[in-house]
Amino acid sequence: MRVKVLLSVLLALAVAAGPLAAVAPAQDKSIFIPLLVYRTGPYAPSGIPIANGASDYFNLVNERDGGVNGVKIAYEECETQYDTKQGVECYERLKSRSPVLVNPYSTGITYQLIPKAPGDKVVIHSMGYGMTASADGRWFPWVFNFPMTYWSQASAFVKYVGQQEGGVEKLKGKKIAHIYHNSPYGREANPTLEELARKYGFELTLLAVDHPGQEQGATWLQVRRINPNWIFISGWGVMNQVAVKEAASKGFPMDHVIGNWWTGTEADVVPAADGAKGYKSMTFHAPGANFKVHQDILKHVYDKGKGAARREAVGEVLYNRMAINTMLNVEAIRTAMTKYGNKPLTGEQVRWGFENLNLTEKRLEELGMKGMMRPLRVTCENHEGNGLALVQQWDGKKWTIVSDWIEPIREVVRPKLEAAAVEEAKKLSYTMRDCAKEK
Amino acid sequence: MVDWQFFALLLSNGVLIGLMYSLIALGFVLVYKATDAINFAQGEFVMIAGFLVAVALGAYGAPLWLAVALALAVMIAFGFGLERVMLRPLIGRPIVAVIMATIGLAAILRGFGPLMWGAETKPLPLPIPDEPIVWGPFFIPPIQLLGAGVSLLFLAIFGWFFLRSRQGIAMRAVADSQQVAMAMGVNVERYFALAWAMTGIVSALGGLIWGNLLGVDVHLALVGFKVFPVVILGGLDSIPGAIIGGLIVGIVENVAAGYIDPWVGGGTKDFAPYVLMILALMIRPYGIFGKQIIERV
Repeated sequence: MRVKVLLSVLLALAVAAGPLAAVAPAQDKSIFIPLLVYRTGPYAPSGIPIANGASDYFNLVNERDGGVNGVKIAYEECETQYDTKQGVECYERLKSRSPVLVNPYSTGITYQLIPKAPGDKVVIHSMGYGMTASADGRWFPWVFNFPMTYWSQASAFVKYVGQQEGGVEKLKGKKIAHIYHNSPYGREANPTLEELARKYGFELTLLAVDHPGQEQGATWLQVRRINPNWIFISGWGVMNQVAVKEAASKGFPMDHVIGNWWTGTEADVVPAADGAKGYKSMTFHAPGANFKVHQDILKHVYDKGKGAARREAVGEVLYNRMAINTMLNVEAIRTAMTKYGNKPLTGEQVRWGFENLNLTEKRLEELGMKGMMRPLRVTCENHEGNGLALVQQWDGKKWTIVSDWIEPIREVVRPKLEAAAVEEAKKLSYTMRDCAKEK
Repeated sequence: MVDWQFFALLLSNGVLIGLMYSLIALGFVLVYKATDAINFAQGEFVMIAGFLVAVALGAYGAPLWLAVALALAVMIAFGFGLERVMLRPLIGRPIVAVIMATIGLAAILRGFGPLMWGAETKPLPLPIPDEPIVWGPFFIPPIQLLGAGVSLLFLAIFGWFFLRSRQGIAMRAVADSQQVAMAMGVNVERYFALAWAMTGIVSALGGLIWGNLLGVDVHLALVGFKVFPVVILGGLDSIPGAIIGGLIVGIVENVAAGYIDPWVGGGTKDFAPYVLMILALMIRPYGIFGKQIIERV
C-alpha cells in the first residue's frame, strides 16, 4: 500500500514537473520565440511554406552554429488558422514562456498585438505586412516592419510601371486598376496609389474583391470595360489563383499584370498553367534554392531528418521569405548580444538589437544569402529600414527576377507615414519619444 | 463597351456561374430529397474529388478519362461507405444528429485531403482552351460553358430519375416517410446508400469543373458555402429549384458586383444572395419549388 502511495506521489510530481522541465530551458539557457502558424484552414497552402521556412532556419542556427553565439533558440508553433482571435489566444498562451519577439504573420493579428507589446515587452516584427504607420519608430518603439511596408511597395510598383513606360512622367493619362482583397490588408495600398495618381496624372480604378474571391467574373468584366494599361493585384489565398486565371482567360497581357508580394507565389500561378506565363509580382528577395543558405539547410537540417518541408519545397517564394524573416530575427538578437552579452536576453534588450540592426553585404555573404536580399539598416526613427523592391516574373516553371532593385518613392511615402503614425498613436495614447536621446 | 453590353456580359456570366453553383447544390438536394438529411460537407466532397483527379493526373500521370473514372468510382464508394458506417446508425435519430455528423465529417475531410495529398495547390488541367469564346456581345470562358453544360445534363438526368424511374419514385417515397416506405416493402437503407452515391457522382463532377477553375487545395471546399442561398431560394428538395436558385444567385451576385460594388467599395456581391435568402425565408420559407412541409435547422 505504501509503495502504491509513494508511486502515486512520484507520478503526480513527475506529471506536475514535466511541463516545467520543458519550459525551463527556454527561461534559463535559450531564447524563446513563439511561432504563430497556419498549417490548417483555408490559408494553409500559404501558411505551410511560411511555417516550414521559420522552423528550418531556427533549426539551422541551432544545429550548425549551436544557437546564436551559443544561446539556443527555443520555439513553439501555435496554430492560428490565420484567424485573428486564435492568433491572440496563441500569443497569450505562449506569453508564459517569456518570449522576446513575435512574428504574427497576419495583419489582423498584428493590429491586435500592437497595443500589448509595450506592456509585455515583446518585439513585434511584421515583415512586409501589418500597420504601415508603425514604421515610425518614434511612436511605435516595439513594432518593426522592415525591410518594406505596403506603401513603399505601392510606390515601387508605380515607379516600375513608370520605368516600363519610359519614365514616370509618361504615366500621365495611363490607366491603372488596383484589384484588391476587400479587407484592411487589401485596402492598405489605396491611399498611396491615389496620391501617386494625383502626382503623376494616371487614372486609377479601385476594384474590391470580397473574401474569399473564388468568383471574380464581374470584377474582370469591369477590368475589360476599363481596359487599363496596367493591373496591380493585392490578394491573398484563393483570390490570387482566380485573379491570375481570370487575367489570363480574359486575354490581358500578363506582363502588365503585377501582384503585390503576397500575390506572387507558386500556388498563385499553378492553376492557370501556361496562361500565367509572363505574370509578375513585387518582392523584396530572390526566389529559388540556389543560395548557400539552402545548401546549409539541406545539409544541417534535412540530412539529419529534421527538415519541416519536402526537400523540393525548400526555396519556394514563401519559404524563402520566412527564412529571411527568421534570419532577421536572429541577426537582431545577435546585434543585441554585442551590447548585452552572449546570454538569454530580455525583450527590451532584443528591441535594442532590432533598432540597431545593420545587416551588411559582408554579413549576408557569411550567412549564405548574398544576392538573396539587400543589406538593411534600421534606426530608432525608421523601423521600415532602407529596403528596396524587386519584380519577379513567372516563366511557366519558376519565378525569375526581372528588375533591378527599386527604391520606393520615399519623398511621398515617408511624410504620409509620419502623419498616419501620429493618428494611430493617438488612438493608443502613445507619446513620441526623442530618438536623439537614445543614441 | 456600351452599358447594355456590360449588362449582357454580367448576365451571361451570372447564368453560367449560377449553373455551376447548381451542380454543387444538386448534390445537396439529392441527399435531402432522399434522406431528409442536410449535408454540411458538400463542399468538402467536391474538394476530395478534386484532389483525387488532380493527384491522379499530376502525381501518377494518369490520362484524364482514367482520373475522372477513378474519382467517380472512389466518390461512389465513399458515398456508400459513408452511409453504411456513419449515417445508417443515425437512422431514426433526430435530424440534428445527422447535421452534427456531417459538420464533423466536413472538418475531418478538410484535414484529410491536405494530409494525404499535400496542402500545396495542384493544377487540374482539362483539354479545353483558356481563351474565351466571343459571340456577339458575349464573352464566354470555355470552362464555364462546360460547367453549365454538365450541370444542365445532370440536372436533367436526375430530374428524369426522380420523376420517371421506379428507383427515383421509391426514393421520393422514402424521403416522404421512412416508416410508410418500409411498410410498402421499400428497402430504405438501400435507397439512402444510393442517394449518397449519387451525391458522390455530382461531387466528382463539381470537383473536376471547380478544380480546373480554382486549382485544387483546401480552398476548393469553400464552394460549398454557395449551396445554402441556392437551395434556400430554390427549395431544399427541388431539382428545378437548384437550377433556378443557382441562376438567381449567379445573376444577383454579378449584377451587384458590376453596378453596386463600384459605388460602395465592394461587399455587395456576397452579401446580396444572403439578403435574398433571408427574404425568401421570410416570404416563402420552403423555397420557390420546395415542399411546404419543411424542417428548419
